Amino acid sequence: MANKGIKYGLAAVFNTASEIYTAAAKVRDAGYTSWECYTPMPVHGLDAQMYGLDDKGFPIRSKVPRFTLTGGVTGFFTGMFIVWYMNAYDYPLIAGGKPFFSPIFPFPVFYELTILFAAFGTLFGMFFLNRLPRHNHPVFEHPKFGRTGDDKFMIVVEVEDPKFDDDETADFLKEIGGKSVSLIREPEEF
Amino acid sequence: MSSATTDTVKPSPEILKKVKPAKLDEVPLVLNKRSLHWITDKICGIVEAKTPAWWWWCFIFALSIASFTGMGLLVLVSSGVGEWGNNNPVNWGWAIVNFVFWIGIGHAGTLISAILCLLKQKWRTSINRGSEAMTVFAVMCAGIFPLFHVGRVWFAWWLFPIPNANNIWPQFKSPLEWDVFAVSTYFTVSVLFWYMGMIPDLAVLRDRAQKMWRKYFYGFLSMGWNNSNTHWRNFEMAYLLLAGLSTPLVLSVHTIVSFDFAIANLPGWHTTIFPPYFVAGAIFSGFGMVMTLLLPVRAVFGLHDLINQKHIDNMCKITLATGSLVGYAYAMEFFIAWYGANSYEGFAFINRAFGNYWWAYWIMVSCNVICPQLFWFKAIRENTPLVWVISIFVNIGMWFERFVIANTTLSRDFLPSSWGYYSPTVVDIFTFFGTFGFFSVLFLLFLRFLPLMPLAEVKSVTPMADPHAGKH
Repeated sequence: MANKGIKYGLAAVFNTASEIYTAAAKVRDAGYTSWECYTPMPVHGLDAQMYGLDDKGFPIRSKVPRFTLTGGVTGFFTGMFIVWYMNAYDYPLIAGGKPFFSPIFPFPVFYELTILFAAFGTLFGMFFLNRLPRHNHPVFEHPKFGRTGDDKFMIVVEVEDPKFDDDETADFLKEIGGKSVSLIREPEEF
Repeated sequence: MSSATTDTVKPSPEILKKVKPAKLDEVPLVLNKRSLHWITDKICGIVEAKTPAWWWWCFIFALSIASFTGMGLLVLVSSGVGEWGNNNPVNWGWAIVNFVFWIGIGHAGTLISAILCLLKQKWRTSINRGSEAMTVFAVMCAGIFPLFHVGRVWFAWWLFPIPNANNIWPQFKSPLEWDVFAVSTYFTVSVLFWYMGMIPDLAVLRDRAQKMWRKYFYGFLSMGWNNSNTHWRNFEMAYLLLAGLSTPLVLSVHTIVSFDFAIANLPGWHTTIFPPYFVAGAIFSGFGMVMTLLLPVRAVFGLHDLINQKHIDNMCKITLATGSLVGYAYAMEFFIAWYGANSYEGFAFINRAFGNYWWAYWIMVSCNVICPQLFWFKAIRENTPLVWVISIFVNIGMWFERFVIANTTLSRDFLPSSWGYYSPTVVDIFTFFGTFGFFSVLFLLFLRFLPLMPLAEVKSVTPMADPHAGKH
């Protein structure tokens, strides 16, 4: 790796899920706050290892459901609104001796729009929380980053972390079992 | 806070020592203890290797079959819906049959990706991406028929609640309008679910890409996914939620499709059994199609370690279960027709089995009720070519089911003076035949450019994904 560029963080590679699982708890216990694990698949329990448990004894929880709920509620009332507006208010239609508007007969429309909007809420909520799309990221500079999608596991402690120190953190990462500990640098300019 | 770091292994209950439970042989989901790297290489290799010659031949062949749909629709659009065999009294001929057939096929994909996900059926992992692709493509084929059946296809957008020059809005009391919402939502959500599940795999392909176009193509699609734990946490939650949303969705779609029939006051259609019966039939036909597609794919790409006998067994068993449900529904329809003591309803069912379309009825019964019963036998489930042949019969049977439902009732309505006999025209046949080509073209493109299996999910069911390294 070139010695030019802004320092982003120190990366340590691990070979198995259980190695990174135990190492993550040690990083947390050492008091680091700006760091991240990179894994080829979701490792169950890693959240608790990285952030501990909350007061009620649960691991950290994703906030995606809030977006889903918002989408679902919006969808339901959008459905209700369009049926009322179109068939009862703007152009009242007589068909089948049914009332112009009722929450019963067009229920499939509300139902489908609830699901449709909730699904969009879920996807875009996930994008928003993951700060995607972001087509470049400093960790992509690591020569072994590609392997984290394949069979390697990686912990990156960021320079931003108040406890970060070039040598101490590197030693610490080696101590907890990290292999090929190396510095990630962002290219200064393109 | 540190309680999460120490794992407490619970002692096994006393009772287990007394009763000595039988140890079941658990077949691993990934055979031969394949490594994570092997899985990545295998799946990405399919996309990264040079395009095989057979792929080109299949692609050209599929394209030429697809052109039949093109020809059929060209004739239809240039001269009018009269080119189809639909006429009084059967105004819904092959168009509705083909529509329901293709929509039904899609349902197994959603069942595998959503319902089996909620039920924590881990064997779904290696077949779910292919089945979801099947869902998306099948719904595209299904959409062709109602779209062109409206007559002037360039006005099809009137189906949607968009202001038009006539100042008339859609009529929300009609089940056909509910269908517009159900099917378009189903398609959109299926695409979202399929795409979202693919993002981490597209990122793997991006990171492995050598050629510039690949870097851009997969880079664009993967949205900058970086495998971090934060990403996975939100991804898993979103995936679970989409599975939770797709489950009521898939059940509602075929329910609403069945409303197209059940809301009408016609003997043979106006029954409350239709929604569950249609959903069971849809899942049945969908599993038939999943096997029709994935068994050859498994053979061609040598995926026997990833789609193993356990997967095939499970798919056969679901086909058997849903096939039996469908058989039960056929019997129950007859029973209710007799028990309800409505002479029109009674006639409709006698007519189904022994009337003008008796041949279609018996093809349906033999393919849907009798054929899947063979899956009771282990020897048959283990005979892959035979499973494949049976899966084709399931597809045929389910097409005939829709044909029987739509046509027997319409061709013999309340007034004998208006009775008729429906036959498809060449244009009907061309249009339907071509959709198989259209479907195959899309599926071949999927095999060539997108990851066939969800890498992370397949890896998750291997022992390597267990953070406790089997010490539980």
